[in-house]
Amino acid sequence: MYLIFFIAPFLLLLWISFHNDNELTQPGLDNWIKFLGDPFYVEVVFKTLRLGLLTVIATTILSYPIAVIYYESGVRIRKIMLFMIILPLLLSVVVRTFAWIAILSREGVANATLQGLGLTDGPISLLQTEFGLILSLMQIEMPLMLLPLIAVMQRIDPRMIEASRALGASRWRTTLQVLIPLSLPGWIAGATLVFASSTTAFISQSVIGGQRLIYLPAVIYQQSMVIYNWPFAAVASIMLLVSVLGGIFLIAAVGRWISREAS
Amino acid sequence: MARRRTASDVSHDIVIGGIALVGTVILIGPVLVVLITSLSTSQALKFPPPGFSFQWYEALFDTLQSRQIHIAASNSFTVALWATACATVLSVLAAVAIARVRSPSARALEATFMAPLILPALSYGLATLMFFSLLGYRPSLLLLTIGHLIVIAPFVFRTTLASLTQLEPSLLEGSASLGANRLYTFRRVTLPIIAPGIVAGAFLAFVNSLDNVPVSLFLTNARTDMLPIRMWGMIESTLDVRVAAISGLLIVFVFVLMVALDRLVGFTRRVGGD
Repeated sequence: MYLIFFIAPFLLLLWISFHNDNELTQPGLDNWIKFLGDPFYVEVVFKTLRLGLLTVIATTILSYPIAVIYYESGVRIRKIMLFMIILPLLLSVVVRTFAWIAILSREGVANATLQGLGLTDGPISLLQTEFGLILSLMQIEMPLMLLPLIAVMQRIDPRMIEASRALGASRWRTTLQVLIPLSLPGWIAGATLVFASSTTAFISQSVIGGQRLIYLPAVIYQQSMVIYNWPFAAVASIMLLVSVLGGIFLIAAVGRWISREAS
Repeated sequence: MARRRTASDVSHDIVIGGIALVGTVILIGPVLVVLITSLSTSQALKFPPPGFSFQWYEALFDTLQSRQIHIAASNSFTVALWATACATVLSVLAAVAIARVRSPSARALEATFMAPLILPALSYGLATLMFFSLLGYRPSLLLLTIGHLIVIAPFVFRTTLASLTQLEPSLLEGSASLGANRLYTFRRVTLPIIAPGIVAGAFLAFVNSLDNVPVSLFLTNARTDMLPIRMWGMIESTLDVRVAAISGLLIVFVFVLMVALDRLVGFTRRVGGD
């Protein structure tokens, strides 16, 4: 039952993509040629991949220190931290995206703070920039990185850390050469979820990125719900699927490479 | 064992602590910003707000002014309840079956059940639209429920499977040797032990259905408006501050349920994978 409802739609997508018209009477490669032959769409694919990778990098930089603090904290602090990590995850993506509009807009928190500190003279535009989008995606996706990370870190035997310290390793060395390599499986899982989620985050991309930043999900939505060119939308969907899977394999390869280097 | 803290160790604590602090502010700050904005007297998203009032909440509860929002909210809750109920039954049965047989094919099935977490839900949403359209169905709450069901089932499946693997096999053997049949053992031994896991997963599934965009986006029309899609429309068109009020209510709703479930079934611990 489950397989039918889950797999069948994807096979259908593939089948529809090899047709030239909405009525599915003419099989052909027209839409694939149109997509892959147009530099605009090829660039959209690369921009989507770039967005996913940058979000993974940004999320990793912020998540690892939080996970390290979590690992070193006692039961009470851990519980409070876990609560703060899970609460945003349970809030609607639309709510979190809206929050970032309130923060990044011209009269928002970010501009008020920057001007208050005297760092900028007038309001600067943060909406409709890749920086603003990555900042908000970072917050939206961070719990997905943190949860697998702390789950794996919790299973690291504290005696490993004590042994490293007792043998004279500095705190930096212990964190970089013991804690981080041992928690790599958690990072791989987290990075996979973050990459998959940020590349398909249609609402955040369209609301914060605006008209100027176009990613694959926007192409899919435009083609299917506005222009009603279903085969082309199917092509874009499959490209998104392939991009996400490609990114996931890349993340797994990077993870394996780091763990080999560390050992 | 007392050790002298070196400059390098202090720098480690400052850098790690500093980044963690920034990360935590970024993580939780937006939630507070929304709550404060929802109490603003301003028509625009001005921060800090010029004054505080409940005017946006009053506007939200006004049946005439906010009828569309009420319809969308009621649709969302209906779909979320039904999808969660069906997903829970389906996932628990699947988890029990898969936990019993640890063969390669069971592992493959397990991966299939997890796939919706990673594969782009947007592609899936479009595929469902085309699938149902070709079958000749028009978007309805029933189709939305089926679409959501597939996407949210993995959440229940995962937490249920996790609590099943912690189940002591000797308990089941004991029950069987005392003459209980399999159904009785399931009802009186297995189910009470895995119930907290099921409840935690069902809550995650419910919240995910309530928030779902990728599937609802394609299966929504004028009759089957859903809350997140309506909110998106309100943000895109006029930046209606009522969105902040809806967000405020959702934040309180999720917070209260989370605290309650944490008391009842150790929710955060289960999600945290401890």
